[in-house]
Amino acid sequence: MWTLGPLGFTVPLLLLGLIILPILWLLLRAVPPAPVKRRFPGVALLLGLQDDESQSDRTPWWLLLLRLIAVAALIIGFAGPVLNPTDSRAGTGNLLIALDGSWAGAPSWTARIKRVDALLSEAARDDRPVSVINLSNLPAGDLTFSAASTWQSRLANLQPQPWQPRAVADWVSAQTANFETQWMSDGIDWEGRTAALSAFEAKGTVTVFQSPRATFGLQPAVFEDGAITLAAIRTPIGVAISVPVTAIGLDPAGTERQLQTVTLEFEAGNATGKTALILPPELRNRITRFEITGQRSAGAVTLTDDALKRREVALIAGRGSREELNLLSPLHYLREALVPTADLIDGTLTDILLANPDVIVLADVATLAGTETDGTITWVENGGLLLRFAGPRLAASDLGRDAEDPLLPVRLRSGGRSVGGAMSWGEPKELAPFSDTSPFFGLAIPDDVTVSAQVMAQPDPTLATRVIAQLADGTPLVTLKPLGEGQVVLVHVTANAEWSTLPLSGLFVQMLERLAISTRPAAGDAQALAGTTWQPTQVLDGFGRLQDGGALAGVNGEILSTKFAGPDLHPGLYSGAEQQIAVNVVTPDATLNVAAWPARINVQGMAGMRETAFKGWLLAGALGLLILDIMTSLLIGGRLRGPRSDVAMALILMLAFTPEAHALTDEEAIAATTAVVLGHIITGDADVDAQAGAGLLGLSQTLFRRTSIEPNDPHAIDLERDELAFYPFLYWPVTADQPLPSRNAYGKLNRYLRSGGMILFDTRDADTARFGSGSPEGRKLQAIARGLDIPAIEPIPQDHVLTRAFYLLQDFPGRYASRDIWVEASPAGAELAEGMPFRNLNDGVTPVVIGGNDWARAWAVDQYGNRMFPVGRGTAGERQREFALRFGVNLIMHVLTGNYKSDQVHVPALLDRLGQ
Amino acid sequence: MTKALTLRSDAQGLAAPMPALLAAADQLASTVMLGDHGRRRAGMGDIFWQYRPAQQGDEARAIDWRRSARADSNFVADKEWQIAQSVLLWVDQSAAMQFTSDDNISTKSACARTLALATAILLTRGGERVGLTGRRLPPKRGAGQIRQMAELLCKNDNSDFGSPDTQGLLPHSRALFISDFLGGIGPTKAALFEAADRGIKGCILQILDPQEEAFPFSGRTSFHSMGGSITHETLSADGLKKRYLDKLAKRKDALQTLARQTGWQFHTHHTNAPATSALLWLYQSLEAQ
Repeated sequence: MWTLGPLGFTVPLLLLGLIILPILWLLLRAVPPAPVKRRFPGVALLLGLQDDESQSDRTPWWLLLLRLIAVAALIIGFAGPVLNPTDSRAGTGNLLIALDGSWAGAPSWTARIKRVDALLSEAARDDRPVSVINLSNLPAGDLTFSAASTWQSRLANLQPQPWQPRAVADWVSAQTANFETQWMSDGIDWEGRTAALSAFEAKGTVTVFQSPRATFGLQPAVFEDGAITLAAIRTPIGVAISVPVTAIGLDPAGTERQLQTVTLEFEAGNATGKTALILPPELRNRITRFEITGQRSAGAVTLTDDALKRREVALIAGRGSREELNLLSPLHYLREALVPTADLIDGTLTDILLANPDVIVLADVATLAGTETDGTITWVENGGLLLRFAGPRLAASDLGRDAEDPLLPVRLRSGGRSVGGAMSWGEPKELAPFSDTSPFFGLAIPDDVTVSAQVMAQPDPTLATRVIAQLADGTPLVTLKPLGEGQVVLVHVTANAEWSTLPLSGLFVQMLERLAISTRPAAGDAQALAGTTWQPTQVLDGFGRLQDGGALAGVNGEILSTKFAGPDLHPGLYSGAEQQIAVNVVTPDATLNVAAWPARINVQGMAGMRETAFKGWLLAGALGLLILDIMTSLLIGGRLRGPRSDVAMALILMLAFTPEAHALTDEEAIAATTAVVLGHIITGDADVDAQAGAGLLGLSQTLFRRTSIEPNDPHAIDLERDELAFYPFLYWPVTADQPLPSRNAYGKLNRYLRSGGMILFDTRDADTARFGSGSPEGRKLQAIARGLDIPAIEPIPQDHVLTRAFYLLQDFPGRYASRDIWVEASPAGAELAEGMPFRNLNDGVTPVVIGGNDWARAWAVDQYGNRMFPVGRGTAGERQREFALRFGVNLIMHVLTGNYKSDQVHVPALLDRLGQ
Repeated sequence: MTKALTLRSDAQGLAAPMPALLAAADQLASTVMLGDHGRRRAGMGDIFWQYRPAQQGDEARAIDWRRSARADSNFVADKEWQIAQSVLLWVDQSAAMQFTSDDNISTKSACARTLALATAILLTRGGERVGLTGRRLPPKRGAGQIRQMAELLCKNDNSDFGSPDTQGLLPHSRALFISDFLGGIGPTKAALFEAADRGIKGCILQILDPQEEAFPFSGRTSFHSMGGSITHETLSADGLKKRYLDKLAKRKDALQTLARQTGWQFHTHHTNAPATSALLWLYQSLEAQ
């Protein structure tokens, strides 16, 4: 093997043959192509004509070059070139193949595994003991080195982990054996990588395999100022790029689907890209995760938790708001507390019920209209939360005095009470600690929360179970009653600071949170999570796929609060008592860096190490060039004619070229639009297409002679490529073996039919079959029509406008004189026009005419204007042809003038109206 | 015996194409509907033309007494002028006419013969006398004449290019020359001038193969005439195309000019076009004169 850069030759001596190329050049150059002998009477005119001076009798240089390249390719091909010949450098001793195995390597995981497989094969050849480990998932204890084949069978079990390696250096140092390391890097730097490298080097030589690759990480979505902000990081930092990000969630039917797609723009030289996504709350609350489309890694997925979910809260106050007294507004403190975490709805109760919010807050609203009450009860029973605040109006009303109001948790005593005011005894009351059955259990009660007035609950047997917060003296402060699937909650004080200082304190906000009216803006800190246990519901694997987390053990709150994914904290969704917390692979402050290696380390690429033998390719190429040489020799020798040229063209087409797509050029488009042009659909059967073209030519000529329609020559129309809108009329001969149009073509056809075009379907089988009797063409027509937007059809009625659009006709023969012609059905209620033999029919052109009379062949003329096909026999046949032509004229008239002739029935009425 | 047999088989072989030619010409001629073939003016003839008042100089026996008896004055019954013309045909039978570029279209000579014979049939039906130039077949009428003409037309000539033969042309008769006119133009010119001198009018029909119009050749080519007497070799036939087409156009132009000078008519017919149009043209232009 003799190598030249990455190229090696198995038989290098053959390359000496290249020396003969210049000699070949001289030889070939001198031999001109032999002349062709032709008999040609016009030779008498050629006498005396001289060839151009510039014409040489030598082979053209490019043909020579072609031949030389072919010969050179032959010589080099037989010399056996091989790209990247593997020079086997046998290693000895233990070999460790270590994979980073983090999420960053997931997109190219198969390539990695293939490479590992190749390394294992090499090790098997060298008979080395091998061990394969995933640095992100370190095995416990010492490494076990075994035969490469056993590892090869386990390769499928290697999976990327949704986190990055950590504490590798200690683990390596703890190993007792020495080994050579082959390290498949993911290309991303991680904490402790340099230390790990030193540790590996202490054990033996290290070779690193790493390919440059773009890696993206999607940071957790944040809700800010009414929009979801998405940020992503990338490496390497290069040119401007935009990546699509998909929001995925459940649709109302509970199926997971893509809810929204947004592009995230990276500016050139910027490691971070950002985008904002504004969604209606209904949609936003459905989102479960965001993904960078096309990136199969856990880093490209970010799960959303309660932080993104916002509830819809409707606020209704009993009093109209007074602008100058903002702080006295019953809704002011509620609004302040809810705006950061919920979507607020204003409006009348009736409108709000239609919007179906999560929570309705009634601040000091005493009476509701009858329908409003019923609607609200239904809404609560369907799962709504009605939160009521007391106030002067509620206290003054008789609501819930004698019997329990369905929309109040308790009965109320009239008047309420006030304590600690100027006109009363006692001090303002403080809150009692929350009982352990209360949803507020565990909330710290500030000292400064006092209540100076409240409405009082009527003592009842049920009262005790309904109190969830009470004052120090035992009077209820907050009562709750389940109603259907929903709840009704009454706070016995006002929502503003008039009756108590509760709305001024932080407790107010926390209580709203506990009532699930507002949601927690972010997961609590370590302190808040301390002592809690969280169960993973769904976890991500390294490829970014969601797996069921039910089999995993619960996670301690302290670990969860770090939000740092690792073997002890799988990224995923964790659910606690009332909320869900998402742990994502990429943290909000994460960065991505390319792993850089010191110069002493041998870094190799992932791929490109396969041996590639070029012999076959070169010989095939030489063969192709020689065939090309034959073609061109024939061509310049003038012998490429007749059947030879057909064969040659077929060969050339087979060898190299595909037919160029024929699109409607501007010239054709202009030709099609300057005058009326009839079109026929290309069926793929050359004979039928030629007949259809000739038929339309004959019809065009007839129209030109007899009517004021002066069409240009008809066009053949390829449904897949041509624009249909230019043609008022399409003739579609149906053959049994024509292909069905594509979806795109169907779209075009339906657009064409809807916008007033007409298609004449001709099954051309009226001599043997009747409509719908299942001839092959009929079945094909049914198959074609299945995708078309065709209205109901009926056999052409006696009074159809086609019978009088230009000529008066009752039969519509072509080459065959069947009467089975079908057109769009007339509306059911059409009545006989007064004094006319036909009905009053509405406007519009029938979009299809279907028949099998083979009209095109009856119309067809050749280039000299002669009829191409006989119709019938003798004079009767000529008469039938004449009627076929008249049918064609009527048809085109109908296409172009619509129901103009039908409108003639109105002439008497119009004249009458004109007063004549 | 042998000699006689050979002669007979030869004669049969020679005569074999003739019925086909006759049939083809007949069929072609039948596509043209003959109208009323009179001269549309009063003169010698058999068919009644019009009554006119008798004038001085009219012979008494010319008076139509039956008509005159119904009026006060005398009337003469004019007959329509019917006069037979002699039309002499010359059809190029040289080797150049044997050329065809495609098996699907007829040779130039087949086309020329069919057209000539069909014209002859039409003219005979119209009452004219037809014959061939070169004293081979003096003008006559009748089916026998057509048969003889077909026989003569079936013969081939070995010369490379033909030139019109003016022998036997009757003064003031009509003539029809059919050829490709690709040889020298000198003889054609001389023939036409001679005919014009004798007061003969007629048509020249040039028959060309589509390949002769298109010159679709390229590369190194050696061209031979049909007889093989003329050759021309070129290294690049496509380089000659433009100049060849120029020369062809000049040749047609020369023929057109010649026709205009002598009062003849000129038309070019291609073998791939239907013969009917050429026949119509021939018939109409011979009739017009």
